[in-house]
Amino acid sequence: MQIARVIGEVVATRKDENLTGLKLLIVQPLNADRQPAGKPLVAVDAVGAGAGEHVFFVRGKEASFPYWPEEPPVDAGIVGIIDHWDLG
Amino acid sequence: MLIARVVGTVVATQKHRKFEGAKLLLVQPLNLDDSPRGSTLLAVDGVGAGVDEKVLIVLEGRAAGEALGRRAAPVDAAVIGIIDSVDVYGNL
Repeated sequence: MQIARVIGEVVATRKDENLTGLKLLIVQPLNADRQPAGKPLVAVDAVGAGAGEHVFFVRGKEASFPYWPEEPPVDAGIVGIIDHWDLG
Repeated sequence: MLIARVVGTVVATQKHRKFEGAKLLLVQPLNLDDSPRGSTLLAVDGVGAGVDEKVLIVLEGRAAGEALGRRAAPVDAAVIGIIDSVDVYGNL
């Protein structure tokens, strides 16, 4: 899992039927020092995240697990909204 | 998932049986400013996308097989949506 910030959203009316109702957000992965780590990507939102929020997301087939027994064809999903993080 | 542009179609007569009836598209992943992001990929089409359309692609095997409607298909990329709009929030 990785920390990221929600920086945008994607709208697609015509899509795989198992994606119906899912929110697609653009996330910018971050390092622990809040600097961008790599390029932005699109993730499904399983927790109701909003613009500018810090979140954590999971990659891979596990991104579809929040929707079980539905199996949407996704490879990245937001699974938590971060209140804060501290570095030792 | 990544945003991409459909740049072509691919025809292959001889292919693994799990590809039968599948449409193969050449897609170019994009950055948020629409510049190319990495190399062109082959993706199976799950939504009926056409050349020049901006699409959402998934880059993971099980998900791509799911989009194709076939389990254990030897695929790793699929088009799962046709993008209407991309909104990058300003002033965050």
